[in-house]
Amino acid sequence: MGGFLAPTFLDSEMSDFIPQLCDHVRRSAEAKTRLRIRGGSTKDFYGGAPTGVAVEMGAYAGIIAYEPRELVLTVKAGTRLSEVEAALAAERQMLAFEPPHFGEGATIGGTVAAGFSGPRRPYAGSARDFVLGARIVNGKGEDLSFGGRVIKNVAGYDVSRLMTGALGTLGILTELSFKVLPRPAAHVTLAFQLEAPQAVEQANLWAGQPLPLSAAAWQEGVLRVRLSGAESAVKAATARLGGDAMRDGDAFWKDLREHRLPFFRAGLPLWRLSLPQAAAPIPTPHAQLIDWGGGQRWVSGELDAVALRASVAAAGGHATLFRGGDKSQGVFHPLQPALAKIHKRLKEAFDPAGILNHGRLYDF
Amino acid sequence: MLNHCGYHGPMEEKNIASAPKRLAVANALAASLPGTSVLADRESLKPYECDGLSAYRQPPMVAAIPANETEVAAALAVARRTATPVVARGSGTGLSGGALPLADGILLSMAKFDKIVSIDAVSRTARVQPGVRNLRISEAVAHLGLYYAPDPSSQIACSIGGNVAENSGGVHCLKYGLTVHNVLKVRAMTIDGDVVDLGSEALDSPGYDLLALVTGSEGLLAITLEVTVKLLAKPEAAQVVMASFPDVESAGDAVAGVIGAGIVPAGLEMMDRLATRAVEGFVNAGYDLEAAAILLAESDGTREEVAEETARMIEVMKANGCTRVACSANDAERLRFWSGRKAAFPAVGRISPDYYCIDGSIPRRSLALVLRRTEEMSVKYGLRCANVFHAGDGNLHPLILYDANVPGELARTEAFASELLELCIEVGGTITGEHGVGIEKINQMCTQFRPGELTQFHAIKAAFDPEGLLNPGKMVPTLHRCAEYGAMRVAGGKLPFPDLPRF
Ligand SMILES: Cc1cc2nc3c(=O)[nH]c(=O)nc-3n(C[C@H](O)[C@H](O)[C@H](O)COP(=O)(O)OP(=O)(O)OC[C@H]3O[C@@H](n4cnc5c(N)ncnc54)[C@H](O)[C@@H]3O)c2cc1C
Repeated sequence: MGGFLAPTFLDSEMSDFIPQLCDHVRRSAEAKTRLRIRGGSTKDFYGGAPTGVAVEMGAYAGIIAYEPRELVLTVKAGTRLSEVEAALAAERQMLAFEPPHFGEGATIGGTVAAGFSGPRRPYAGSARDFVLGARIVNGKGEDLSFGGRVIKNVAGYDVSRLMTGALGTLGILTELSFKVLPRPAAHVTLAFQLEAPQAVEQANLWAGQPLPLSAAAWQEGVLRVRLSGAESAVKAATARLGGDAMRDGDAFWKDLREHRLPFFRAGLPLWRLSLPQAAAPIPTPHAQLIDWGGGQRWVSGELDAVALRASVAAAGGHATLFRGGDKSQGVFHPLQPALAKIHKRLKEAFDPAGILNHGRLYDF
Repeated sequence: MLNHCGYHGPMEEKNIASAPKRLAVANALAASLPGTSVLADRESLKPYECDGLSAYRQPPMVAAIPANETEVAAALAVARRTATPVVARGSGTGLSGGALPLADGILLSMAKFDKIVSIDAVSRTARVQPGVRNLRISEAVAHLGLYYAPDPSSQIACSIGGNVAENSGGVHCLKYGLTVHNVLKVRAMTIDGDVVDLGSEALDSPGYDLLALVTGSEGLLAITLEVTVKLLAKPEAAQVVMASFPDVESAGDAVAGVIGAGIVPAGLEMMDRLATRAVEGFVNAGYDLEAAAILLAESDGTREEVAEETARMIEVMKANGCTRVACSANDAERLRFWSGRKAAFPAVGRISPDYYCIDGSIPRRSLALVLRRTEEMSVKYGLRCANVFHAGDGNLHPLILYDANVPGELARTEAFASELLELCIEVGGTITGEHGVGIEKINQMCTQFRPGELTQFHAIKAAFDPEGLLNPGKMVPTLHRCAEYGAMRVAGGKLPFPDLPRF
C-alpha cells in the first residue's frame, strides 16, 4: 500500500481529506499496515524512531476560525506553527505555552502531539492546558470530535488533552482548537549572578510572590528571569528585583526554546529531567541548564539511563532521553506496572490494530 | 446547608436490590470495615439519597465510609466479588446527580479522608485528601501568602475530590483556569485495587496525560485518594468594577469589549435584574436594582497593574453604554460586591420553592442571542428564569424557578432546560461548562456527540474499569438510550441514530 498524500485534484478546502484519510486508516487497520503520521518532520528525533507508511498531514492546513474576541483559534493540524503565530501576532495575541518549533516546517499538529512547551510554561501553563478541542481520526478510521471551541467544557472525557503529548499513538490529529491569550504589553529580562542551588531557590521564592514572572532559567552562574505584563507592573517588579536588564533578552529565550544556545550544540545525547520545581540539584558528571524555574533541567552527555532515572525518580521526577544517544533503555521513563496496563488498554481502545505511530512512545 | 434533600422527586425506585443481596454485601463490607462505617438501614441511608440536584433521589443499597486506603481497597474488593456498582461521594454538592446513588450499589463516602497531608511553601504545593473542602486549602495556606485558585461558589462545602471529578471552575477561572490547570497529581485507586499516581510533583509525567483524563471523569474511572494541588501567590491587590446596563445586549457587548481590549480580568460575571433583586433581599451587596444587567469585573495583580486595568475596564464599560459604574474602594467593599454573586443560588432559592440550574457554555459572541431566546422560552414555558453567570468565559447559569408541588412544573422545567441546552449546542457551545453531565444531562449527550464519540468514551472507561462498576450509567449514555431519546425528539424527520433498533 502506498503512502497517504492529499491528492492535488481536491478543492482548496480539501473537504474530502478527512473522509479519505478515514478510509485509508480503515484499510491500513485491516491490512495491519503501520502508519507513520508526518507533519513537518521537525520532531523525528524525539521518541522511538518513526516507522511505517507515511501519512502526510502538511497539506491539510489553514486557519478554520479565529475570533480574537473569543480568545479561541481553530486550525487544521497541518498548518505551520509559524503561520499560526503570525496570525495571532497580528491581533496582539499568542499561544501562551510558547511552543518550540525545532525547525521551520513545524506544524501545529506535531506541536500538540509532542506536547512541548517553552520557557513560559511554569507560569502560564503547558500545551495541554491550552488545547480546547481536537478532531481526530482514531486507529479504526473513525472521524471523531472532542471538546470544542468554548473555554469551559466538561461534557465527556477530556480526550483533547489526552491527545496532547501522546505522540500520535492514539489518533491522527486533524483539527485543533486552542485558548489563546493577549500578548503582555511589556516585558524585560533581568540577570543575576547566582550558583545553581541558590538560583533554583530564588526562582521558587519569587514564584511564591505576586510578581509577573514569565520565565526563569539558569546557566553557568547566571539566573535569567523574564517579567511580562502591564507596563507599570513590569516596571515596579524590575525595581523590586534589581539585577541587570539584558539587552538581548528576547534572543536568549528564543534560543533557549529552540535549543540553539551553545549548550545544546555539543552533538551529545540530550537528557531532559522533569523535576519538582524546588528539587535539590541532581548531580551529573556533565553541566546542566535549568529552565522552568527548576522544573526542567537539561543535561548534555553520555549518562547511565538506569542510574539517572533512579535518582530523578527518587526526587519525584522523570528523565527522558530527549535527543540522540542510545535508545535501547527506552526514551521515556518506564511506567509503573499498573500504569503500563492502563496505557496498553487505552492504546487498544483507540487503535486496536496498533497501527498508529507504533513504538514512538513505548513499545506499542 | 447547601444540600438539603428537602423534596421528594419523581424518580421511581428501579433495580431495587433484593434483601439477601443487601445483607450479603453489607456483611462482606462489615468484615473489613468497622461496623459504624457500613450503613444499610433506610434511616441512616437517607442523607445520601441525593446530591445538590435534589429533584433526583435514590437511596443506595448500602453505604460505606472508609477511613483509609486499606478500607477503600476492601470496599472495592467486595464490589468486584459481588459485582456491585460503586458510586463515590464527596460533599454531595454536585449539581448534575453525579453522586446520585444506585439502588443496587454501594455508596462510597470519602468524607473521612479530610486531612491536609502536607504543605510545601517553597514548591507552592499542598497534598490533601479528597474529602478536604475546597476553601480549607486556601485558609490553611493564607499565612504563606498563597491560595488555591479554583473557587466554585460552593467552596465552603464542596470537596477537592469532587472538584477533580467535575473539573470544577469558579469566578476566577478565566484568568487562573479550572481544576485541571491547578492540580499536579492525583493518587487514585482503580477498581482492580491498584494504586496509581496520575501526574507527578513535577510539571509533567511520562506517557499519556492520565491526569487530564481523570479530571472531569465524574468518578467513572477511579477513586481519588489524594490530590496534590498547585498554590498561587496571593495577588498584591484586587479591585472590582461594577457596571450597570440598560439591557443585557449592551452588557454582553461590554464583555466582548473588555476581552477585545486585551484584558483578561480575574473575574467577569453578569447578573440580570431578577437575580440582583433576589440577591439584594438576601445579602446587602449594594447592587443597582434598576439596571437590566450588572457586570462585575475584577482586576488583580500588582497595585500598578490593577490601577491601570480598572481604568481601562471603566472606559470599556462607558463606551458600551453603562448607566452607572463604581469601583470597589477597599477590600471590604470588594468582598461585598462579590458576596451577592456568591450567594446568588441560595438567594434565588429564597424567592422560589425550587430552582433548576443550567450550565450551558457558549461562544461569547452568542451571548445576546442566547439570553434573548432564554427570555422567550421563559414566556413559552411560563416559568421565571434568573441569569447569573461567568460571562467572561461564556458559561451560562440560567436558574429556572419552579414549584415541584405544582403538578407539571418540574416536567415543564425539564423541557425548558433541555431546549436551552440544545440551543447552546446549536450556537457551537456545550451542555456543561463546569457542573458535569452526571445523570441530569445524559440525554443531551446524545445531541452533543455522535455514536462514534460515545463509543470511544465507553472504550476509555473500559480501559480503566472493564466490568463497568464505577458510577455506571452516568456521564456517557448507551447508544440504546440515545436511540430511545432520539425517538422522542425526531427533529425535521431525521433520526439521529437511524441504524439502531428502537421500540
Ligand atoms: C450552591 C452551589 C454553588 C455551586 N457553584 C459551583 C461553581 O461555581 N462552579 C462549579 O464548578 N461547581 C459549582 N457547584 C457544583 C459542585 O459544588 C461542584 O461540582 C463540586 O465539585 C462537587 O463537589 P462535591 O465534593 O460536593 O462532590 P459530590 O457532589 O459528592 O460528587 C461529585 C462527583 O464526584 C465524584 N466523586 C466525589 N469524590 C470522589 C472521589 N474521591 N473519587 C472519585 N470520584 C469522586 C462523585 O461520584 C460524583 O460523580 C455548586 C453547587 C452548589 C450547590
